[in-house]
Amino acid sequence: MSRTSKAYIAGIYEHPTRKAIDKTIPQLHMESAIGAVQDAGLTMADVDGYFCAGDAAGLGGLSMAEYMGLDVRYTDSTETGGSSYVIHVGHAMNAIAMGKCSVALITLAGRPRAEGVATLGTRDYGNSLPDLGFEAPYRPVVTNQYAMAAMRHMHEFGTTSEQLAWVKVAASHHAQHNEHALLRDVVTVEDVVNSPIITDPLHRLDCCVITDGGGALVVVSPEVAKTLGDRCAKILGHGEAIKHLNAGQVDLTYTGAVKSGPIAFDEAGLTPADIDYVSIYDSFTITVVETLEDLGFCEKGQGGKFVSDGNLISGVGKLPFNTDGGGLCNNHPNNRGGITKVIEAVRQVRGEAHPKVQVPDCTIALAHGTGGSIATRMGSSTVILGRNDA
Amino acid sequence: MTTMDQALERTYPKPSINMETEAYWAAAKAGKLVLKKCNACGKTHFYPRAICPLCTSSDTAWYDASGKGVIYSYSVMRRGATPYAIAYVTLDEGVTMMTNIVDCDFDSLAIGQAVEVTFRATEGDQVLPVFRPI
Repeated sequence: MSRTSKAYIAGIYEHPTRKAIDKTIPQLHMESAIGAVQDAGLTMADVDGYFCAGDAAGLGGLSMAEYMGLDVRYTDSTETGGSSYVIHVGHAMNAIAMGKCSVALITLAGRPRAEGVATLGTRDYGNSLPDLGFEAPYRPVVTNQYAMAAMRHMHEFGTTSEQLAWVKVAASHHAQHNEHALLRDVVTVEDVVNSPIITDPLHRLDCCVITDGGGALVVVSPEVAKTLGDRCAKILGHGEAIKHLNAGQVDLTYTGAVKSGPIAFDEAGLTPADIDYVSIYDSFTITVVETLEDLGFCEKGQGGKFVSDGNLISGVGKLPFNTDGGGLCNNHPNNRGGITKVIEAVRQVRGEAHPKVQVPDCTIALAHGTGGSIATRMGSSTVILGRNDA
Repeated sequence: MTTMDQALERTYPKPSINMETEAYWAAAKAGKLVLKKCNACGKTHFYPRAICPLCTSSDTAWYDASGKGVIYSYSVMRRGATPYAIAYVTLDEGVTMMTNIVDCDFDSLAIGQAVEVTFRATEGDQVLPVFRPI
């Protein structure tokens, strides 16, 4: 069958660097942009919509549009942390459907390794950031927040460290084939649970990498897609949501995917059973387990069991995931992994993933981004993509 | 065993305080944990706001909390010079707040454990509510 689509992803680019000593952040944005535009078969002069998030220096997209020489009639700088770029895909689709632009460029870049920062702090909002006084003094960092979610998930559902480890094991099996991946060694469950505890119950190998780099996407109208050939991926469905602490009614066992997933599936007219491949934001192993449950790939609480025994390994398990090695092994540019999730999903529906991890006859793929923190407030976004003939 | 040693306890940064929350921090200085309740809908919310996020009423008021609760979740940070336990504690009043657990054996912490509020001085001459096992 041929499904209708309001927009297509025509171009993708994942910057190959993982440590950008000699490049500026705007330069990384522009190298990524040029790569994605060329991949689409277009030029920078064709771009009439520009999307970026907080990693882009300047006020919204103003400075970056100037730096890159863009002449656009539509812009969006929605900021939800690492999921921003998955949200941008949906916003670009909406803008295109409304006739506001026809070639939308989305960029991300950063260099936390070169700059020697572990993870990004919050911007300085003075004392107007309402949650600041009630959290910062207790020293929540990224790792111990996700650790509290893992601890609660283990408590309620009996999830084990060994089950979480399978997420990393699967990612490492895929990363061995990715020449650009930061970590290419295959690891075992024992390797993960024997790696040092960072913050209970998360081990070092439960945590994603920190990398420099960037990425870009080009989203185009159906009319433009027609001129570009069959490498364009259809956007079949998109959803987004914000989940927060809900005035003190805290539940760390689920993510915003419980809302963004059904919206995307409804729009696509599909169910989890229709999905051939998933890119799931993997800041930590627990992020993947909770997200898979929330998207409906298994019952709530069964995620640990679901990911075990290689079930996420391409060619081995039922649900191949993050075949580039994901954030756990390949790349997590600027601590914002949403864009690389979309990029690998597009590679899969194009049939352009590495042959060792390419899902045979991959027709429908899902990419999901999680931004902010699973233990406080997060932006979640789900996009469902179809092969050009899907 | 990883026991919290007062001498090795980390320094607490000064909390961010604004017009909406200064009463909370003044109470902490007086050794009290206070919460904000909405007189219109009757519900307690956290963190405290001028306007109730549950019903939008501006008729909100401070009251003294019991200072008692249970650990909803926690994690002991093992990296760095001084281990510390971050936690969410569900108060008897029904709201859950982020905090640190102090005066404890880190290895014996558990979800569901009963805790009570205590206080720590911070930088900048302020006082921070934290919790300890009962």
